[in-house]
Amino acid sequence: MSIIKAALPEKEIVTHVKKLDGKSPGGELHDKWSKYKSEMKLVNPANKRKYNIIVVGSGLAGGSASATLAELGYNVKTFCVQDTPRRAHSIAAQGGINAAKNYQNDGDSVQRLFIDTIKGGDYRAREANVYRLAEVSTNIIDQCVAQGVPFARDYGGLLTNRSFGGAQVSRTFYARGQTGQQLLLGAYSSMMRQVSKKQIELFTNKEMLDLIVIDGKARGIVVRDLKTGDIEKHTAEAVVLCSGGYGNVFFLSTNGKNSNATAAWRCHKKGALMANPCFAQIHPTCIPASGEYQSKLTLMSESLRNDGRVWVPKSADDKRASEDIPENDRDYFLERMYPAYGNLVPRDVGSRAIKRVCDEGKGLGATGRAVYLDFGSAMDRLGEKNISDKYGNLFDMYETITGESPYKKPMRIYPAIHYVMGGLWVDYDCMSNIPGLFVLGEANFSDHGANRLGASALMQGLADGYFVIPYTLGNYLANNSLDAVSDTADEFKESIDEVKKRNESLLKIKGSSTVLELHRELGAVMWDFVGMARTKDSLAQALEKIPQIKDKFWSDLNLIGNDDNLNKSLENASRLADFIELGELMALDAYDREESCGAHFREEYQTSEGEPLRNDEKYAYVSAWEYIPDSSSILHKEDLNYEFVEMTQRNYK
Amino acid sequence: MANTINLKLQVWRQESADSSGDFHYYSMEDVPVDISFLEMLDILNENLTKSGIVPISFDSDCREGICGTCGFVINGIAHGPQSRTTVCQLHMRHFNDGDTLVIEPFRATPFKIVKDLVVDRGSFDKIIQAGGYVSINTGNGPDANSILIGKEDAEEAFDSAACIGCGACVASCPNASAALFTSAKISHLLQLPQGQIEQKARVKSMVDKMDEEGFGACSNHAECEAVCPKGISIKNIANMRRSLIKSIVK
Repeated sequence: MSIIKAALPEKEIVTHVKKLDGKSPGGELHDKWSKYKSEMKLVNPANKRKYNIIVVGSGLAGGSASATLAELGYNVKTFCVQDTPRRAHSIAAQGGINAAKNYQNDGDSVQRLFIDTIKGGDYRAREANVYRLAEVSTNIIDQCVAQGVPFARDYGGLLTNRSFGGAQVSRTFYARGQTGQQLLLGAYSSMMRQVSKKQIELFTNKEMLDLIVIDGKARGIVVRDLKTGDIEKHTAEAVVLCSGGYGNVFFLSTNGKNSNATAAWRCHKKGALMANPCFAQIHPTCIPASGEYQSKLTLMSESLRNDGRVWVPKSADDKRASEDIPENDRDYFLERMYPAYGNLVPRDVGSRAIKRVCDEGKGLGATGRAVYLDFGSAMDRLGEKNISDKYGNLFDMYETITGESPYKKPMRIYPAIHYVMGGLWVDYDCMSNIPGLFVLGEANFSDHGANRLGASALMQGLADGYFVIPYTLGNYLANNSLDAVSDTADEFKESIDEVKKRNESLLKIKGSSTVLELHRELGAVMWDFVGMARTKDSLAQALEKIPQIKDKFWSDLNLIGNDDNLNKSLENASRLADFIELGELMALDAYDREESCGAHFREEYQTSEGEPLRNDEKYAYVSAWEYIPDSSSILHKEDLNYEFVEMTQRNYK
Repeated sequence: MANTINLKLQVWRQESADSSGDFHYYSMEDVPVDISFLEMLDILNENLTKSGIVPISFDSDCREGICGTCGFVINGIAHGPQSRTTVCQLHMRHFNDGDTLVIEPFRATPFKIVKDLVVDRGSFDKIIQAGGYVSINTGNGPDANSILIGKEDAEEAFDSAACIGCGACVASCPNASAALFTSAKISHLLQLPQGQIEQKARVKSMVDKMDEEGFGACSNHAECEAVCPKGISIKNIANMRRSLIKSIVK
């Protein structure tokens, strides 16, 4: 182990010398997955019913994994914090799901989706994983259609597609602006079928608060019943974590209010490595915050950029209403800066361009933090009816929130935190470094590198759940002889004591700062210092400020109520405690990565045109952090070797 | 502050399913009209917390009208006065200075009150478990384009499938019927070729389950359609009935 002294006062980044192995199989890229699958060990049907599998989370990853594993004959226990699994935040995904079907005959292929995804992720993802994702993407569409997902169709009855950022083909399947909802309800219905067959036992309103590791393997979880406060224990032969992303560390994000990092963070504290935590995606088209009481931000689907044109007045002094500004005085800056992709540049590129024009003082309104997304020319070209068919519900949603109709006035949009590419480290099997703990969907770090392309989150969640975990989990179980464990084991007792003690201590603080105030405070630090543009200095400041918030949290929290019934403030406080620790790790990770790549933009490292400047020689690795109690985290590195793709500077001009 | 209003709130407080509840009265001053209804309650809860009073429990998640988590009754109307709007998307600009707002949970026998404005809608899951799916295992689907579905059929199926399962329909029905919820799923699958094969068994089983869970019968009041934030039509109920009759009469 070598110790590198960094410039931070009293901050050392300790790096583990032995490199992490992502276990990508050998061979040609297009053969890897099929060859690997054919060599896996299988669990025979009679034996599958002897295995108990815990799935945490019921979004696209958790829902699809639960259903698929149950169909295979495993005994599945599925846990979610919501009152029903159908409400997981995947439901809010609007625009669509990518698949390399090439139904449009426009030159798409698995190879092309693979390249787009690797390039979109700015060469910080594992080749073999991304290729597999592109490969199984076509099966996902077949599966969802068979379930009855009402994707958009052409008059001839065939499926239709739209374009999304970072691609020059139309490969995005959609169900109006509610694709996530329809895909989730598809996975949910498959799950409900297995619940009725008693193959899945469903646990709603339960929050995972600890992972139980026995003899080095994940063997169970401890959960809190959110309605009664009871702490419960569950044993299993494997735990499949599908608990989503941690965008709410920024307080304001497009995530649902219940989206949180707690389940993943508790696994991290039990030894699971947290990978690339600083890779957080900022979505360019969200409804701007209206004031200090804003509780969350609402996304306007990327699909809108198919027809909407982004602009600001050419002059910062131009305060005329949008309709009074003639074409010549408008700056369609995305079309100007990126003529090849225009309004359909990837999310990180679009977000930074918007920030840049607003920093130049050309932003709209009192805050100066907004730009126009204008459908005027699309409505002239296609007619209002056509636009309404495509985006009607998004336009309605915009009007509901802002009180303005996008049919009459251009939308105002501004970037917001939307998705995290970082997450628990997993190998090619989607298994963490703790044997038996699998991590799927947004909760893992695996496929999107430093930036995710639009319509790829739904693809990845379902790929992991429907088509990866049923194979890799079987292989794990067949290769490991697992002794029976009892829920009276010491590991459970200790964990339960600790979980109870923690809740009690939260309630005992009796200070004066509410959870909401402290969360806003954390969010402001994260956005200002660890946000869309970061510098060594801003990150060093964040690393000083976040521990102060942590101290304030544990000494001045004002939490009312008890631990023995529904107490949302307690839930939120418990989650915020984890967000604070995670926020600090994000800042540390961003501090360590002295380059810009994808969504991680260090101002010191940019091209003369303001694009991210990677440093492949030093930073072509996955940073995977190990939690060390009461000490600095240790950095493990997984080198990214590009055998099949040449790493180039991304160019969307 | 520019555009603000003052409000009087009358909120149902109930500690648990077994305890009795009553209305509590709160005054809200200088509420910005640009915030959402739930953000207004967030402010109230902050004030309560600071005064040492347990904040009001209410459910919410996505706050963009799609997850179906939020929902309560405002002045007698589920999700409040704006049509096709969940409470999380309802903004204060639709209220007037000096308004009194009575806020109650969704009330129906199968929806037990958990606390304050939070109710248990688990019976909806049970109705879906009774057949609200196509029986297909992962990996068996034929090529997606081998199943042709006309654009209009797909759109109609989507209209039914857009239900968010919030329960406003049940809360508004004088009979506490779940007919709109149940029929939306039946109708979604009925309008697609994938759903045809199991249709007869599905409709019978789901309707039976709806009765078993304690929901009342539909007597065509159409209150459900009026409050549905997603505009699910009572045509779905007609579809369900037609399908039910067909499944019984040979």
